[in-house]
Amino acid sequence: MTAEHVLFFVFGAVSLIGAISVISFRHPIYSALSLIVTFFAQAGLFVLLGAHFVAAVQVIVYAGAIMVLFLFVIMLLNLGTLSAKSALKGKLKGLAVVLGVLLAIQGVYIAMTAGTNTALESAQASTEAVTTYKIGELLFSKYLLPFEVTSLILLAALIGVIVLVKRENQTEN
Amino acid sequence: MEIEILPQIIIPIIKILFIAHLLIIGVMAMIWSERRVSGWIQDRLGPNRVGPQGLLQPIADGIKFLFKEDIIPNHVDKPLYVLAPAMLLVPAMIAVAVVPFGDTITIADNVIPLQIADINIGILYILAITSLGVYGVVIGAWASNNKYSLLGGLRSSAQMISYELTLGLAIIGVLMLSESLSLRTIAKEQGANPWEWNFLIHLPAFLAFTTAMFAETNRLPFDLAEAEQELVAGYHTEYSSMKFAIFFMAEYMNMIVGSAVVVTLFLGGWHFFGLESIGGPFWSGVISFAIFFVKTGIFLFVFIWVRWTLPRFRYDQLMNFGWKFLLPVALTSIVVTGTLWIATNGSRLWIGIGNLVAAFIVVAIVAGIMAVDNNSKSAVQSAPDAPPLRGLDAIE
Repeated sequence: MTAEHVLFFVFGAVSLIGAISVISFRHPIYSALSLIVTFFAQAGLFVLLGAHFVAAVQVIVYAGAIMVLFLFVIMLLNLGTLSAKSALKGKLKGLAVVLGVLLAIQGVYIAMTAGTNTALESAQASTEAVTTYKIGELLFSKYLLPFEVTSLILLAALIGVIVLVKRENQTEN
Repeated sequence: MEIEILPQIIIPIIKILFIAHLLIIGVMAMIWSERRVSGWIQDRLGPNRVGPQGLLQPIADGIKFLFKEDIIPNHVDKPLYVLAPAMLLVPAMIAVAVVPFGDTITIADNVIPLQIADINIGILYILAITSLGVYGVVIGAWASNNKYSLLGGLRSSAQMISYELTLGLAIIGVLMLSESLSLRTIAKEQGANPWEWNFLIHLPAFLAFTTAMFAETNRLPFDLAEAEQELVAGYHTEYSSMKFAIFFMAEYMNMIVGSAVVVTLFLGGWHFFGLESIGGPFWSGVISFAIFFVKTGIFLFVFIWVRWTLPRFRYDQLMNFGWKFLLPVALTSIVVTGTLWIATNGSRLWIGIGNLVAAFIVVAIVAGIMAVDNNSKSAVQSAPDAPPLRGLDAIE
């Protein structure tokens, strides 16, 4: 057991506990907070893999995104605590079971095919020092099209939000 | 992997302890100098009774806070209420880990970089960690279950979302020129003399970054989250005793870290006319640390100076300023720096001039658009067929 292994299990456990608490807390504020814990622990896992850039970006992007989620909860969902019954009704429950089973099968399949190498070791071997430079180079050469498409999607979302907000204002006047 | 005890364990621990204590002492020094400088600016004395020149006042304050009754109101959400001050303080404390507070120092043949951790994404780490700080404010505000607190928290989050963009975009020009995200490399790339430092090359970005940093640290003129006249004390209204003191300390710690980052990115780090390289390998390290310390101190003085000079912004002014002036200026600096870097083969002079000219043009355009906008609005309001104001008339 090296220090990396210990840290891997710590971050893995924290991110699992966080993920479970997201769905088991009754209150949306607590769920959102658990989500931050999960993402933070995942950032720790990225650091262990040598992907510092991805780790930092993970925290920057999701910290802002969950902040918006928070505001959403505070401003729009003035509901105190959710009762578990009201959240999962009828058909939704069936769908949840089906999706859960699918996810479990996926997990087992990945665990079976992963081979003897632990994920940590294989990833460390392949990603020796993922520098920001390399990521930038890949983004602007090999993955240029997906990169540009993503930016277009974000732009469309931005314009959509502005249009929606503007329309509301005009009807008020 | 073999672990060498001295360079890998003992020296880092000494550095961490040194910096952590320096931060806390810095907070005490800031509380004292804030009150003394405000007294000086307002032509009064300020606290001068406890110790020489009132220097022990922060310690007296601290003892007072510690012995006050720690009240947890009945109506709060207890776990989050207790957690919130820590969520604000911890990011402020760990952000300093990547700040290079000097060049290397050589003690008994060990070359020690004066920095806790030189990671290759230093500045992104700072942005990531400081963006977590606002959670402490919002969680504390929400958990207090108090309308004034909640309003303060919401204002603070809106402010963070608006100004964080500027904070991130304004540094990209700097990163382009130094071709690195590591704070040590950025500080090193800037030359010894002040005219080689980044604040002249990226003057608009420097001003935008500094302004955004004032907003991120919730300092006047951006302290809408705790506007006394409107919100009692904003997000920490319900907090008392040491929990309140922790909010207070976190604010000052954020200021210290912010100043240190500005000094590293824009004000040449530990460079000052080559003074840092005189003396042997030991003394040059000490001198470079002293230079960094003094620069950070001067910038912290600017923080206090601004607080007692400018009045607080109105909420709409805050939003307009952030989105319509700072953000375009920061974006322009990226485009201009990139273009001129290619066009003039990396000439710092031309990039500096280009940035300045472009920023003036952008600000002029935005100001022009806003002036036209205001004119058309006031024309609508004064038009005779505008609907009458509905106030008491409607009720009658």
